Amino acid sequence: MSLVDASAAESLAELAAGRVSAVELTEACLAQIDAHDERVGAFLHVRREAALEEAAGIDRRRAAGESLGALAGLSVAIKDNMCLRGETTTCASRMLADFRPPYDATVVDRLRAADAVIIGKTNLDEFAMGGSTENSALGETRNPWDLGRAPGGSSGGSAAAVAARMVPLAVGSDTGGSIRQPAGLCGVTGMKPTYGRVSRRGLVAFASSLDQIGPLARTAEDAALLLEALAGHDPRDATSVPRKVPAYREGLAKPLKGLRVGIVPEQFAAGLDAQVEASVREGLRVLESLGATIREVALPHSAAGVATYYIIAPCEASSNLARYDGAHYGFRSESTEPTRDAHSREEDNPLVSMYRRTRAGGFGAEVKRRIMLGTYALSAGYYDAYYLKALRVRRLIRQDFDRAFAEVDLLAGPVTASSAFELGEKVDDPLAMYLVDLFTVGANLAGIPGISIPCGFDEGGLPIGLQLQAPPFEEECLLRAAHQFQTATDWHQRRPPL
Amino acid sequence: MSAPYTIVIGLEVHVQLATQSKLFCGCSTKFGAPPNTQTCPVCIGMPGVLPVMNRRAFELALQAATALDCQIASFTKWDRKNYYYPDLPKGYQISQFDLPFSHAGHLDIDDPDSPGNSHRVGIIRVHLEEDAGKSMHDEVAGQADSRIDLNRTGTPLLEIVTEPDLRSPQQAHVFLNEMKLLLTYLGVSDCNMQEGSLRVDANINLHIDADGEKVATPIVEVKNMNSFRAVERALDYEAGRQYDVWQETGQRLGDVPKQTRGWDEAAEVTRGQRHKEESSDYRYFPEPDLAPVTVDDAQRQGVRDVLGELPAALRTRLQQEFALTPYDADVLVGQGRELVDYFLAVAETSGDGRLASNWVQQYVLRTLNEQAIDIGDYGVAAEQLGDLVRRVAAGELDTGRGREVLADMLASGKPAAEVISARGIEQVDASELETLCRELLAANPKIVDDIKAGKQKAVGALIGQAKKMNPNVNPGQVRELCLQLADTM
Repeated sequence: MSLVDASAAESLAELAAGRVSAVELTEACLAQIDAHDERVGAFLHVRREAALEEAAGIDRRRAAGESLGALAGLSVAIKDNMCLRGETTTCASRMLADFRPPYDATVVDRLRAADAVIIGKTNLDEFAMGGSTENSALGETRNPWDLGRAPGGSSGGSAAAVAARMVPLAVGSDTGGSIRQPAGLCGVTGMKPTYGRVSRRGLVAFASSLDQIGPLARTAEDAALLLEALAGHDPRDATSVPRKVPAYREGLAKPLKGLRVGIVPEQFAAGLDAQVEASVREGLRVLESLGATIREVALPHSAAGVATYYIIAPCEASSNLARYDGAHYGFRSESTEPTRDAHSREEDNPLVSMYRRTRAGGFGAEVKRRIMLGTYALSAGYYDAYYLKALRVRRLIRQDFDRAFAEVDLLAGPVTASSAFELGEKVDDPLAMYLVDLFTVGANLAGIPGISIPCGFDEGGLPIGLQLQAPPFEEECLLRAAHQFQTATDWHQRRPPL
Repeated sequence: MSAPYTIVIGLEVHVQLATQSKLFCGCSTKFGAPPNTQTCPVCIGMPGVLPVMNRRAFELALQAATALDCQIASFTKWDRKNYYYPDLPKGYQISQFDLPFSHAGHLDIDDPDSPGNSHRVGIIRVHLEEDAGKSMHDEVAGQADSRIDLNRTGTPLLEIVTEPDLRSPQQAHVFLNEMKLLLTYLGVSDCNMQEGSLRVDANINLHIDADGEKVATPIVEVKNMNSFRAVERALDYEAGRQYDVWQETGQRLGDVPKQTRGWDEAAEVTRGQRHKEESSDYRYFPEPDLAPVTVDDAQRQGVRDVLGELPAALRTRLQQEFALTPYDADVLVGQGRELVDYFLAVAETSGDGRLASNWVQQYVLRTLNEQAIDIGDYGVAAEQLGDLVRRVAAGELDTGRGREVLADMLASGKPAAEVISARGIEQVDASELETLCRELLAANPKIVDDIKAGKQKAVGALIGQAKKMNPNVNPGQVRELCLQLADTM
């Protein structure tokens, strides 16, 4: 088995036994990136020298008998919306193309404390807004299983990097499905933890009440390993939850006997691709064979999920992205051409002109669309009808999950209605792109954890994902179910034909 | 002649809280540092940063609102107020919109329009928010250079909104004095207007009695007032201006959009500001990065327990315990808690509150003013002054000699007893005094005659001579004894 095919857990054992060095592992990852990333486009920045130096340092410390962190010597890729001190953090936007944050995100602190080797920053939809990574202003990412198709998004770079074996582990962020959906479309394991489980400090905000950082890996065991390193209370994130982090890996071996799994009939209705449905149903049978029982549960308000999400997320985004105004950092239009107010046709003052030109030039179309949607929905006279109503529906959606979880331990279903779509297929149809989030937004609105694991391939050789969702802080249960599933299947072991 | 209208004024006061660090990050709030040296990624709104609430700021805010007799909400949350300006680096201000942490309070003032009577001013709400930075615009023609200082960004700011309960610019001035006194007593703010830690905007209109009909003029918000005196003058001007405009145009409330006018200190006029800035829609919504805050009864009680004695209660106590006049009590309390504590110690040591009040007001305050120092830097300890006042009260020395002793104490730092003995001041015993008085009367038969004829004033000439013979004699005692002895001669 080549070094890049090994799982993170396997590599850790090899590193500990001295059969491989961190530098060798890092070099193998870099070689895989060199071989394939020109076509895949998973990375926006590769930290070649820095990664090798970090790896060499870990090898030296290991040789000196020092105690090392839980991820010592493993390469990790980070979605480029998380701050890395002194190194470009772009959010795949022109607005931040040259931006270097003066601080490390908490997850970066934690990865460094775990002695992970940060190998580079991965591509995403601009400011994580999108479901295909096609909204990146800085590069195109292709699905390793079919280079004509999208990797999904917005953590498309992280999912593609893991699928293409460029890294065993990657960090993504999930606001409406942005880890689980690309994981599903790229055939890897991706988890959105409970809101508040992983610190958001240093994650460039898209929609603060929905954003959550999580792991992508090839196996549930590796995802558990990475989540354990990322999770935990951060006093500098007021929404982070002061709750002990379980030893996720230790619970994985526990059998699933007696596990109550719920399915939502609406998720198997019209619109679901037949091959996706067949694979997901086959996945349910695997869970049953492992001792789980399956029953139907209702999520009556789930049909309103996407509509609710596309009010709340843009509202928060319109405010979160207000800071990119050219005044303090990031892109600023240098043109001095005056602008005019759209309504009065009056010429703007120089400051307003600078704002307009900067934001017109710095943001892409989808980001502008969402800023406008959110600004509109928060405006006087519309606030009650849109934002407040969306908040109410959000509470109902959370109640639906609470009721369902009174009956079952997990929910299972498809991640997306179909497998990876072609590049360009949905770029001119924002609504079709938004509907890709149909099965994933619920977990973000409710704040619950969800995981996507490979459960089959369609006739075109494209991976199909199975989504599992659990009550708040039941990551352990999710990871255990996913791990047990992967002991009984080998979909997660397949290699894309690069 | 009284004006043919009633003035209606409401104030909006912003007060910076006296915390060491900012509201949502650990940066210092100290005034006067070089621009942009007290900033961090959080307060300059870098991508990815998150706010964490300063508990101390919230405590101080609770103290202020409790002292203003506000209702403290059990549940309060943060909201984002969205607008674009270069001194607001996040593009929104974290503030409180529909659920402020307190509401429905009041502050009583001594009514300048009706001396001796109190006037109650309602407080609509008090909420907490973060301050913006400072913009410095280059005023040189043709230079479009503006500079931004973000040191102030994120400083905790209390917004206090009054009901439109003020009926004159003078009342507004007195209200501001009283509120500043209250807040400085609490120690929640230094209320320094020059350093911008207290800022005032005012809403004003007139209720005109026009041929038996009550007519309200359009409400104007007046800004840019840099002292309480400026507030009073701006409102005086604005009331007159509104009356003139009413007479000219007949415009009523609702006829025109609410206007904002800035006070021009040099020209002593208010000037209209651009309309566009007023029509902004701030798109408030709940701040998703911060958890709501809950306050229970134990916390409310805890806040009441630490408030201490507030100015109004202190005034009453000084009047009742020490028989001070309302005026004297007000003067002492108006000087701040430290001076009141000094007075209390003098009063206790001397055993004579009114005399202590006179000495503190006449001699101590004068020195503080002359030397521009605080009571903490005054050279005579309260107990020493109290000892001196006690001796004066007991007749050991007269006020004039007492003043000389105090001057010596101040210069030398020595206690009263030491200065008194160094100056050879000692009480003259009764027989010695009688001998002295008899000698004086014998040497001045004309004065004795005058006294006998009923001209008691004539004894004054003897007092001066007595002091020359023995500087320790008490003038009052000399006077009394001489009158007594003259009658028997």
